[in-house]
Amino acid sequence: MSAEQSPKIVIVDESPIRAAILEEGLREAGFTGVVRVSEMQGLLARIYALDPDVIVIDLENPSRDVLEQMFQVSRAVRRPIAMFVDQSDAASIQASVEAGVSAYIVDGLKKERIKPILDLCISRFNAFSKLQDELERTKSALEDRKVIDRAKGILMKMKGFTEEEAYVLLRSTAMREKKKIGEIAQSILTASEMLK
Amino acid sequence: MTGPLRIGFIPLVDAAALIVAVDKGFTAAEGLDVTLVREVSWSNVRDKLNIGLFDAAHLLAPVAIASSLGIGHVKVPIVAPFNLGVNGNAITVTPALHAALMAELEGDRFDPMATALALARVVAARRKAGAEPLTFGMTFPFSTHNYQLRFWMAAGGVDPDEDVRLVVLPPPYMVDSLANGHVDAFCVGAPWNSIAVDLGIGHILHFVSDILVRAAEKVLAVRQSWADKNPDALAALVRACGRAADFIEQSHVEAAQILAKPERIDVDAEVIKRTLDGRLKISPDGTFRESPRYLLVGREGAARPEPIQAAWLYAQMVRWGQIPLSEEALNTAMGVFRPDIYDAATGTAAPAGGAEIGAFAGPAFSADDVIGHLRAFKIGRWRA
Repeated sequence: MSAEQSPKIVIVDESPIRAAILEEGLREAGFTGVVRVSEMQGLLARIYALDPDVIVIDLENPSRDVLEQMFQVSRAVRRPIAMFVDQSDAASIQASVEAGVSAYIVDGLKKERIKPILDLCISRFNAFSKLQDELERTKSALEDRKVIDRAKGILMKMKGFTEEEAYVLLRSTAMREKKKIGEIAQSILTASEMLK
Repeated sequence: MTGPLRIGFIPLVDAAALIVAVDKGFTAAEGLDVTLVREVSWSNVRDKLNIGLFDAAHLLAPVAIASSLGIGHVKVPIVAPFNLGVNGNAITVTPALHAALMAELEGDRFDPMATALALARVVAARRKAGAEPLTFGMTFPFSTHNYQLRFWMAAGGVDPDEDVRLVVLPPPYMVDSLANGHVDAFCVGAPWNSIAVDLGIGHILHFVSDILVRAAEKVLAVRQSWADKNPDALAALVRACGRAADFIEQSHVEAAQILAKPERIDVDAEVIKRTLDGRLKISPDGTFRESPRYLLVGREGAARPEPIQAAWLYAQMVRWGQIPLSEEALNTAMGVFRPDIYDAATGTAAPAGGAEIGAFAGPAFSADDVIGHLRAFKIGRWRA
């Protein structure tokens, strides 16, 4: 792929995992000129030096405002154009903001050329947040299991239950109270803490 | 009346009226179901407002105008029926720059003309010595901070585009940037100036009320299309903010506690109270300075959006080459500020006396003579 065909894309993201996922996706799609920037100090200087065609930045990055200045100081970039895709393309803007990504066209790249880049970034950002949700769920499931195990231990010790019996009591109480087993287990832990 | 409202804000003390309106239940009392969403950048707040993810927002007054004019970004007409804050910014400099300015100072150190002339001498000396130009941080290209810094230094003969560097910095990075020498000074709202002073790395050189008696800082912003469809909800929101602004002025202590919460501004309540009181520590040595005009929330008619304020901000955009001068654009800018909606919602009969700009340099500003204003200043990017 010649330089003409592969625009230089700068990814500004403080999350190294997300930036890596993004970079990999863009490379797989045939975009060879991808550079990651995670250091926010001196961001403007880095970007001037890299001279990208497109900047992709996560919306939760406070440095977005720094980039806005770039589009104001026109002598610093060759052809500063609007951000996102095109102001007429409301659907793309909305999809991009909801996914948490914003793309800036720096060098007058045509709309048809930025569109696949942005679409790919949006799907990667969505994939990343799904991944993060799953991680959170796994973490809390693990956390629950630890709490349940400790509650079982308390019941076994205080009531002389077997592990099986302790679990059955937790589960039936949870069903009766319309709560999660983890919540019931937590209340046992709290109560035993207070009664110590 | 309307469905739940999502309102974006940036954690700054001038979001006070909005935060208190929700957290003290003033919006609920008006029948509004409001969720406040904390944001990290003005670009985000603007974009989410523009595309309808927010119904309303705490917004830089010049961003509301720029959005309505379609400069810097897409054109989305914005309506500002309530002024969340007047003034509230300060200029903080490093101890080294402070010492250099004081060494060159002739006159009162709180006189912005005296400090601007001192700055011009410091700038000239640095150039002669072959030193790097001074770097000043501000929050956004379309911000009152940007225009206040420029207005001040240009009055002393310093060209903000040629003689110094002006850079945008997110407010949470200001203090770090001052500490590690990336900037020599910054202009920002509370609490960042106080934090720099408390850390012993900055001196507050000016309250911006030294530079301008009244400058619209942040507004409550909604899309024109939303305002047209939801007039009752908008009036209710304005009333709730009005009640909150009154409450804040009556009880700085309780307001500061509400604002200090982690999900709101998330800084020490004492620092927020200092801002509301207008009593700020200005030097690491413990010197305090007091000004009842430091930040106006609701007092002196500050909440009423005066079109002359919008006209002044537009004139600064023209002066610094962000937009050409035109009668039509001036009218659009002034039309963003809507005292009529404010008056109808709050039952205010007449202007409460908030119609002056009161700049320390140049002739008195009039919206009828923007060209006269521009011609009065030698330095600027505007050409007739």
